[in-house]
Amino acid sequence: MNFALSKQQQMIVDSVATFVRDDSPVERFRELRSSERGWDSAVWRKMGDYGWLGIAFPEEHGGIDGSFVDMALILEQLGRSLVPEPYIPSVVLAGGLVERLGSADQKRDLLQPMLAGETSLALAYVERQSRYQVADCLTRAEATGEGFRLSGEKVWVLNGHAADTLIVSARTSGDQLDRAGVSLFTIDPNTTGVRRVAVPGMDGQRTAIVTLDGVIVGGDALLGPLGGAVEHLEWAVDRGAAAACAEGQGELRELLGRTLEYLKQREQFGVKIGSFQALQHRAAEMFAEVELCKGAMLLAAIKADAEDDNERRAEISAAKVQLADGGWFVQENAIQLHGGIGITDEQDVGLFFKRLRVLASLFGDADYHVDRYQELPAFAAE
Amino acid sequence: MDLSFTPEDLQFRDQVRSWIADAMPAPIREKANNGGSYGPDEIREWHRVLHDKGWIAPHWPKEHGGTGWDVTKRFIFGEELVRANTPSPSPFGLAMVGPLLIQFGTDEQKQRFLPKILSGEEQWCQGYSEPNAGSDLASLQLRADRDGDDYVLNGQKTWTSAAQFADWIFLLCRTGSSGKKQEGISFLLADLKSTPGITVRPFLTLGGTPAFCDTYFQDARVPVANRVGPEGGGWGIAKALLGHERTGIGGIGQSARWLALVKRIARETPVGKATLLDDPTFRRRAARLSMRHRVLTMANLRTLAAAQLGHAPGPESSILKLAGTELLQEVTELAMDSLGHAAQGWLGAPDEALRPFERSVASEFNYLRASTIYGGSNEVQKNIIAKHILQLPSH
Repeated sequence: MNFALSKQQQMIVDSVATFVRDDSPVERFRELRSSERGWDSAVWRKMGDYGWLGIAFPEEHGGIDGSFVDMALILEQLGRSLVPEPYIPSVVLAGGLVERLGSADQKRDLLQPMLAGETSLALAYVERQSRYQVADCLTRAEATGEGFRLSGEKVWVLNGHAADTLIVSARTSGDQLDRAGVSLFTIDPNTTGVRRVAVPGMDGQRTAIVTLDGVIVGGDALLGPLGGAVEHLEWAVDRGAAAACAEGQGELRELLGRTLEYLKQREQFGVKIGSFQALQHRAAEMFAEVELCKGAMLLAAIKADAEDDNERRAEISAAKVQLADGGWFVQENAIQLHGGIGITDEQDVGLFFKRLRVLASLFGDADYHVDRYQELPAFAAE
Repeated sequence: MDLSFTPEDLQFRDQVRSWIADAMPAPIREKANNGGSYGPDEIREWHRVLHDKGWIAPHWPKEHGGTGWDVTKRFIFGEELVRANTPSPSPFGLAMVGPLLIQFGTDEQKQRFLPKILSGEEQWCQGYSEPNAGSDLASLQLRADRDGDDYVLNGQKTWTSAAQFADWIFLLCRTGSSGKKQEGISFLLADLKSTPGITVRPFLTLGGTPAFCDTYFQDARVPVANRVGPEGGGWGIAKALLGHERTGIGGIGQSARWLALVKRIARETPVGKATLLDDPTFRRRAARLSMRHRVLTMANLRTLAAAQLGHAPGPESSILKLAGTELLQEVTELAMDSLGHAAQGWLGAPDEALRPFERSVASEFNYLRASTIYGGSNEVQKNIIAKHILQLPSH
């Protein structure tokens, strides 16, 4: 057991931190949030060149053979300036599934160029009625003899507006809520019958509504086992949750740091407001929650690679609830302690606030994870 | 970064687990299984068992009687003790004055005191707070006037936990009154049992047990040789000790025991045709606390790991005190709710009338209101964080 970063991990953290400071300050996010794409493909390419996208993937597919923890350390730094490139949707969600389930051809065609930053991917698994149940799937894929014909609608597809390839869950058998019978397909968004509508998000990022109207794909578009996607989707979404905790740690650090700076500089009643005990105690509580989020995030990242599904679920759920609840305390008080200036769009704290609030709702909110946790052996055995 | 256990660690865990199962005396095992609370005799007995095995002070340096385990083994050992619900030996000798003597004591002091702390032959208590020196500890007034080779002590300590069972007290006293109030404080060790002029009076707490005492000093003579550190240097020593104290005082292991007890009560409590543990509202509350406990366990591990790298427990340990005691209280509140009418059960009810925990939960729930107050109140912890970590300005 060892908590220290390895030399290599420290180097990665330093290089991402330098990039964030010099090449991607919050101003870059501010400019991009009003652009059509919302992120910059040249920067994405650079992130691929630096090896940051492939960090947790095997070398044979263009990766660096690192761990989920390495990826989490990168995400934490990216969160510090709201870097808008689609790391979680493309690398963690879609990339993770292609690596886990893909054929050699799929890995070569989809994974390698994405990890190099030449393309990006998206995972379309949410439907209007599905909330956090990945098995709840109305989109259907009928076998056509040579391939499949897909019809249905996916919503809140992170990076769905820009992705070069969509990975879509669709039912190949069974009823709406059955765990069995859901499959994954890789779809070129330019295929006839695919329609994408970009939806702006409150965090300045884009999602898409993807409608499939009799979209024809070949048999080689099937990703992973026919009808057996649900457990893999749950795995991917869990890793999304761990990634959200990692990125969120960067945003929480910024909120705390910026709030402390404000408390030390703002004067009222002739003194620095940070000298008031009511505000000092609030700041101390914020600090405690950020530290607790950090430990939880590290443990979730470590367990994201765990062989045992239940071990992974327990720690990731605990971390996600800590982010949603402890993180919320930090968020709301960062705004409160900034006073009126905190609710202006001009002040960066609001941008971090919004991103964190979105992360709280992605990949299962606190209530979802609390309920899931109760069904785990870890809870029963206590 | 790697949190996995090696095969050797896992072997160690099995070894510890089976040793505890074999070593627990039958009456203690009975209470461990039934959720009863331990009395001073049982705590001392378990202390002896651990000492005989050489496992009483894993966190001490090996040359002074520690086990030489790394942080992982210490963590595993702690988890196994919690898992088996064993009694917890008193922290005042093992966790507080012992490490402090190792750090600041003379060779004579170490030889005189450490072996008997380890064996449990001498029990300790802490004389810090006074009626007018609580959170503002540095304003303490217990006078120690030098007279030849002795200090003559006059004044009062309060909140001296378990002083009625203790043989020795470590205390802060005033040896000087010039300069800053922190500068005239010294750290002394006093023999409670055989020093004339020291009187211990236990008083009842909300828990219905005499957990704390008032300790009075009237011309009580303590040899100068029992001073730790220089005269007037007691405050620095007290601060070092607070760091040690805070790491254990979050009660994270205690919360784990309570969580297990709460679920056991809920499992055994019928609600209609199901049990309380099937009630969604109750389950959610229990699950939230269990998850928060996981998060705190990880925070504790990070602190332990930092200590392993040679960093003394610093102000960061305040977080464990703060969040840990809040969790502990919430878990005891859930335990009370799990009991329903039995929440009113109290000490002294006849054995056949109530299940063991129906007598003890309310008592401990009440007593543990102290947890956010003792060891430096949680408000003081926030002051420490604000000042020493966040470096917020003072007026």
